[in-house]
Amino acid sequence: MAAALQAVMSTHAVSARLAETFAPMSARRLLVFGGIALVATGMLFGDIFAVFVLHQNGDATGQAVLSAAEAARAGNSTAVQATFQRIAGLLEDHGTKVDTHVHMTDAGYLALLLALIQPCVALPQKRKKLLAGLFVAGGLLLPVGIFLIHYVGLAYSPFAVIGWASVLADSAGALLMLVLIAEAYGLWKFLRGAESGESELPDDRTWERRALLSGGTLLILLGFLYGAWYAGVDLYRHEARESQILKGMLDAATGAGDISAQVAQYRSLAAEKAVKIAAHSHLIEFGLLAMLLSFVQPYVFLSKRWKRRWIVTLLMGSVILPVFVLLEMNLGLLAGGIADVGGLLVIIALTAMLVGVLRYGGSLDAGVVG
Amino acid sequence: MSPSRMLLLVGGLSLATLGMLYGLHYALFAEHQTLDRMGGSLAQAFSQAAGRNLQPAYNSVDAYASTKFDYVRQVDLHSHWIGLSMLLIVLGAAFDGVAFSERGKLWIAAVLTVGSFVFPLGVILQTLSHGAAYASVLAILGSAVVTAGLAAVAWGFGRSGQ
Repeated sequence: MAAALQAVMSTHAVSARLAETFAPMSARRLLVFGGIALVATGMLFGDIFAVFVLHQNGDATGQAVLSAAEAARAGNSTAVQATFQRIAGLLEDHGTKVDTHVHMTDAGYLALLLALIQPCVALPQKRKKLLAGLFVAGGLLLPVGIFLIHYVGLAYSPFAVIGWASVLADSAGALLMLVLIAEAYGLWKFLRGAESGESELPDDRTWERRALLSGGTLLILLGFLYGAWYAGVDLYRHEARESQILKGMLDAATGAGDISAQVAQYRSLAAEKAVKIAAHSHLIEFGLLAMLLSFVQPYVFLSKRWKRRWIVTLLMGSVILPVFVLLEMNLGLLAGGIADVGGLLVIIALTAMLVGVLRYGGSLDAGVVG
Repeated sequence: MSPSRMLLLVGGLSLATLGMLYGLHYALFAEHQTLDRMGGSLAQAFSQAAGRNLQPAYNSVDAYASTKFDYVRQVDLHSHWIGLSMLLIVLGAAFDGVAFSERGKLWIAAVLTVGSFVFPLGVILQTLSHGAAYASVLAILGSAVVTAGLAAVAWGFGRSGQ
């Protein structure tokens, strides 16, 4: 009886301490909400891009390279220049969409990281809230600016090569940096003995925390090892091969060679590079995400069973996506489809956790928990 | 706060700021120009081929390859510094869960911080002189050190669960 009473009292004490770290409209709450939302939106954008843009863009680029080689064979340098204008547009379309996905997701990661270190940032609460708001706003505006670069171009721009969308993206990037510098200043003050006025998260050794921490670390380690393998075995070989194929294409354009075969090799090389780099980066990104989410688990107001289900879903998706992205070279679109499902699993798990955090915030404000 | 956590957090935030400063500088002053140069070289190669000037066309492909060599590594510097900085900060928050002595943890934190700075630095130094051995050695050493540090952290997390 006494032990049960002690357990209940201890649970209440932990809940009260936890509630302290998640005060209404606090910097940490804003950064956790904003961070998970940015990561989920960035991943959803990436999945939509992979399904509806990536392969179509690759096909169009391949066709354009073929047209350029055929124009060269016909001795028509005006058509060559016009085709390369089209290729530049296609590459910009592809590049800005990849960058939108990467920058939105990474801004979300940084927001979650800042939420973690708030107890070590010795700044007034009001300033912390302002910094958190600015960071989330910058994290949203930066990818929006990048996305618009392809569509806005140089319209009404007073600069020679930088358009208004780039100005928006660069300004948002500068804003993120200023916030980081201010947070670093707060950290420096804390290290010199100033108080942060915020308590650290209670020590948590639950299954949820350990599964996400160890799963995340293993994913990152795998990503590192694969990246080292890629850099050692493939990177220089790919670079040399690209030049070789392009020269072969020029040979074919000026002689009687088969241009289509050279273009097919070029496309195959581009696809091989893309899937290998994507596998490396997604393993690390998902590992980092799992580790970050391990700290958010105390704020996920769901039953233990559902919390664990979403963690398993997240880790499964984190393995499925990079593995099947790699298998795309052998299994083609089937593997691509399975990889997209893997990405979707991560997004669903992430959204479920965001719902859990929102429920926790709402329950706390309504006085149901805490 | 323990010295190992402090080192990881300060190192991570410094690296994130450095990576972002480099990214901003690159986006403002180099990226558009580099992309224009790459596209220009490739278009020129095909135009020269159209004029049946094969040797200059080959030279233009070489110029394209050289610019792309730099471009890939410049983007890698930005993304790896920021990626590794995030890893350092996360580990800084989770480091109490690593079951080693504080002295051991401080060593691991130092190895991770130094490796995270040196590995991308080695990558970018390759652009100063293509194929420079010292730059590749620096990049390989840096990445090996970070990987070893992370393996030690994974082991430490595993020990804490036992």
